[in-house]
Order: sequence, then structure tokens, then C-alpha cells
Amino acid sequence: MKTAPHPPPSASVPDRQFLLGLYERIVLIREFEERVKFLFLEGTMPGTIHQCQGQEATAVGVCAALRPDDYITSTFRGHGHALAKGLTVQELLDELFGATTGCCKGKGGSMHMGNMDKGMVPGIAIVAGGIPLAAGMALAFKMQKSKKVVACFFGDGAVAEGAFHEGLNMAAIWNLPVVFVCENNLYGASTHIEKVMKNPKVSDRAAAYGFRGETVDGNDVLAVHAAAERAVAECRAGTGPVLLELLTYRRTGHSRRDACHYQPKDEREAWFARDPITRFAEVLLARPDVKQADLDAIKARITQQIEAAVVSAQQAPQPTLANLTEDVFAP
Amino acid sequence: MKRQGIAEALRDGIAEEMARDERVFCIGEDIGVPGGWGGAFTVTLGLAEKFPGRIIDTPIAELGFTGMAVGAAMMGMRPIADMQYGDFLFLASDQLINNAAKMRYMSGGTVKVPMVMRAPVGATGRGSQHAQSMERYFTGVPGLKVVAVSNAYDAKGVLKAAVRDDNPVMIFEHKLLYGSKGARAEPGAVDATSEIPDGDYIVPLDRAAVRREGQHVTILGWLLMAHFAAQAAELLAHEGIEAEVIDVRSLSPVDYGTIGASIRKTGRVVIVEEGPKTGGVSAEIAAGIMEHCGDSLQAPVVRVASPDVPVPFSPILENAYRPDVPRIVAAARQLARA
Repeated sequence: MKTAPHPPPSASVPDRQFLLGLYERIVLIREFEERVKFLFLEGTMPGTIHQCQGQEATAVGVCAALRPDDYITSTFRGHGHALAKGLTVQELLDELFGATTGCCKGKGGSMHMGNMDKGMVPGIAIVAGGIPLAAGMALAFKMQKSKKVVACFFGDGAVAEGAFHEGLNMAAIWNLPVVFVCENNLYGASTHIEKVMKNPKVSDRAAAYGFRGETVDGNDVLAVHAAAERAVAECRAGTGPVLLELLTYRRTGHSRRDACHYQPKDEREAWFARDPITRFAEVLLARPDVKQADLDAIKARITQQIEAAVVSAQQAPQPTLANLTEDVFAP
Repeated sequence: MKRQGIAEALRDGIAEEMARDERVFCIGEDIGVPGGWGGAFTVTLGLAEKFPGRIIDTPIAELGFTGMAVGAAMMGMRPIADMQYGDFLFLASDQLINNAAKMRYMSGGTVKVPMVMRAPVGATGRGSQHAQSMERYFTGVPGLKVVAVSNAYDAKGVLKAAVRDDNPVMIFEHKLLYGSKGARAEPGAVDATSEIPDGDYIVPLDRAAVRREGQHVTILGWLLMAHFAAQAAELLAHEGIEAEVIDVRSLSPVDYGTIGASIRKTGRVVIVEEGPKTGGVSAEIAAGIMEHCGDSLQAPVVRVASPDVPVPFSPILENAYRPDVPRIVAAARQLARA
């Protein structure tokens, strides 16, 4: 991909407030990740991180198609999913600092972010581990005759796992309300998909199990949102599952100190030119009712919000040794 | 009151729990096929007709259906998953160990995973891969409760307690204990029938059971070995050795209260385990005994276990593999006279 295609105008014309909301969420994820990266590199934050700079539109587009009581499952790369599903910057930062005020009381950490009250299962950091589990959640929704849907995020690496095939097959047999969301960023850790897939079109897998798959420009938040709305509607109508393949690119390393030397320069440049934030900003600024000042104000507000949350997280209460053995079993 | 085997008692227990609570359902392979078997050991026979849509036959996908049980449990259902043979748990272990067992802790105590996993184990003429004693692989996993049932009364009561528990519970059953008569009778099967009371009852998930009282030596066993230990105790009694037999039953957590009280009385203990000696549950229990009541021991702990080899097929070799009554008698006799 040498050139950066301009995003096509979206078919529907969503209102300004909705669009700016999407923009705010995307920028929030980018700024959050950049701030977190800095905190890690300066050594003030424990653990490791797997970040999603460049992939923000997938999380935001999909989650905007969900209701608050719908669920998502996520992976080790879950910060963006969490923010998109409505977890707060503060509960995530507190978690990253291992504080008891974090979304998992400091017991989950970067790879297990979640908040059940907000519809996010703690991240499942075993590749494809969330796929059968999400199918089971969808089975519960069907048995309970609820109209809930689960969106199951995973990467292209998960497609080679047995759990992917077992989960998709069973979801298909029983028409379960689960949207399988493959964020195809071309790399499983450092390995390019062309080395591990004879057929690199992930969405083709759906046909093998008898349901619909679709490949979407994952760096176009409106395209992602439109595809997710279709998929969610089908799931709610009882004609799921759906497999969405969202083509995107990871701008940063697989994990903390990965310098991405395996990503060719021309590939990086091509994808950077298709950055989801820049592209969406262009779409917004083409509207008469959105000015650069609006976007600047959003970014300024986010920066302020994150900085305040960092200060608070650095002072958040750390666990006591008594917490070590709590929460193993439900009473 | 009626006399039942383990399969029938489990079937009634499942049916009663499903009738009591609409969130309870069964998921597994070949468990509800019309004209089929009701699971490999008939436990769910007839339940699909009684509970339409709640006995879910899956593809042969142990990892997949176990993950589905975990996910459904997290969303408020109470699945009873059926692993056709315990050996297949290796395929399912990612979902059990990484998800079911850890989800509550990782979430800071906000997630519940109220699921049951039932699995038959034991060497029964099927060679190496439908034979292993799988309980050892799960007893050391924080977040899982592990139980092994040796008779019909316990099977029904444990099943009910497990369904009502808000945590993942693994129930191990032995293929030679499902029934010594009828369609599922197997060579070497042992009578594990019980008088089953009419009313509702549960058996706690964290209690060992004293099967026979004695003052000279304590013999610990579970599943088939609990029966062999009791048979050994009968023979020992003829020699004037009174063995106290404890069915450990709860393998995680282990009931060191009951075990410790016995050892403080006898000062001697034999632990009998079907399964290779190295890395077995008996090793853990031996260490636990040292920590809880080691100062009461008048002689070192003795273990009777299988050798460190895969389960063989040849009946001669299989019988030599599995601990038997004569070996238990010999070990207990030697220890009692030590």
C-alpha cells in the first residue's frame, strides 16, 4: 500500500455531536497510550504494556455500535477497548499503577483491564482465549432470551489458534449473538501474517462455518461503526454471529521495548499516512459545522483530563499484604 | 430411600438442580442425542427429553465448549460441563486454568464463575489416553475446587453442592464406580451404590469422610482407592490391625482437620493413589500432613501409588500398574508393625 487513499464519505450523515464524540474517544485513546508509554519509559509504572496507537478506530467504531449493557471481551492489548467501552482514564491509570482503586483493584494490570458493570470482561491475555468464552456469553444471552450482544476483540494472531475455530463453529451452529472482531494489524507479535496464513483474508474464515464475514477499513472509524451496527443488528435479530475483519496497523511496538525493526519503512509510512485520527479529522473539517478550534479544544480537554488522572493515580492507595489472598474464591 | 449407582444418582441430582434453578444447564459431547448414550457413561440419559434446550450437545471441541461454559457462567448461568474422558481435560485446560480459575482474582473479586466440570478418570482397559488420573493436574490451581466422589450418595450431594457454589468446581468420577451391573458394567467394576434419601441434601466440597474407624494406622484414598483401602482394612482386621480409612474426597482444599484428627490418634498413615507417584496428589497430602500434624507421626508417611509409567493396555500390566488391595495391606501391615 504505497498511497494513502482518501476515506470515502460515509453513507449516512450522523450528527455533529455523535461525530465529535467519536473523535474525542479516538483522541483520548491515542493520548492515553502516549502518556502511558512515557510513564513506562521513565520507569514510574510497573509491569509491561501492549499498546494500540494506530488502532483506535477499531475499538471506538465497534463500541459505539453497542449498548451500555452489551459486553466486550478483549486481549492483552486492551487499553483502547476499555476506554471505548466507557471505562474511565482514572480507573485504568490506577490499575496500571497497581492501586486498589484500579478497575481490578490492582490485581489485573495492563493485560487484564475490565469492568463488568461497564460491560467489559477483564482482558484475556492468552491469544484466542476470549473467543470460546465470548461464544459462551452469547449462549447465555440466547438462553436468557435477552437481546444482549457480545463483541469479541482479537488480533490476526488468534486466527491460527484452535480456540478461534472451535468458538466460531459453535457460535455458528447456534446462531449466537456474538460479533467476532479481528483487528488485523498484519503482525502476530513480530511475525507478518503472510508467513503464517496461506489465505491472508481473515473474513473468509466465516464462510467456512456458514456465516457472514466482512473486511473493513479499520482505520476509518465511520466504516467500522457502520459495519459494527450491521453486525450488531444481525446478532440482536438472532442471525449472528458475524466476523468483522478490521484492517489496521500498530504504530508502536508489540510490547514495551519493541522497536518494530521488523516493520518495513515503506509499510510504516503508508500506514502512517492512513492514520485514523488524521483521516477522521479531515472528514470532520470538511463539514461546515466543525472547525479546527473544536478539535483543538477536544485535545486540550483530554490532555488536561489525563494529566489530572496521572497525578491522582500516582498517589492512589496501594494494596496491603492482606489483599494478596483476597478474591480467589467467591463466598 | 432407594439404592442407586453413581450414574443414576448423578442423573437425579442434575435433574433436581435443573428443575430447581432454570440457570442450570448441561454442555458436552454426546450427552443428549436422541437414541444416544446420555454421555459416555449414561449420566445424562433421558434428560434432554425432560429439559428441552438445556442439554447442549457440542461438536468435539473440548477447549471450545469448556470456554463456552466459562463465559455462560460469567453471565449468570450455571453450566455443568461433561468431559467425556478426563484425559481430554488437557485440551480444555487453558479455559479452566487461565480463565475459570483466575477470572475472579484478576477482576478484583467482581466476576463469578459458577460452573461445574465433571470428568471420569481411571485405568480401565482403554490404554494410555483414556485412563489417566487427572485430578493431580488441577489440585494445585488456585481458584479451582477439586472433588473426587467414590459412591452414589456423595456423587449426588457433591454435584448439588457444586452447582450451588459460586466458583468453578471440578468433580472427578471413576469409570469403575459408575455401576457394577447393567449396560455400563466394566471388568473390575466395584459396587459404589448407596442408599439415597428421598429429600434434597448436599455433601460439602471441603470435607473428607471417615469410612471406617481404627486406631493402628490411617489409610487415605479417594475414588477407586477409597474402596480398595476399605477392602484392605477388612483383611487387616483379621490380623488384628485396625485401620482407619478416610476417603479424602475433597482434593482441593484438603480437609486436614479430619485427616489430622485421625493421624493424631494412629500416628501412622498410608496414602493410596491411582496415578504415578511422582507429582501426585499423595505427595501434596504427605507434605500437608507434615505441616499440620507431622509431630504426631510415629513413623514416616508411606505412599502406595502407580509406577511412573503411562497406563498400559495389557490387563496383566494394567493390574500391576494400579495399586491393589494386597499392596495396600502389605504397606499398612509393615507400617503398623514399624
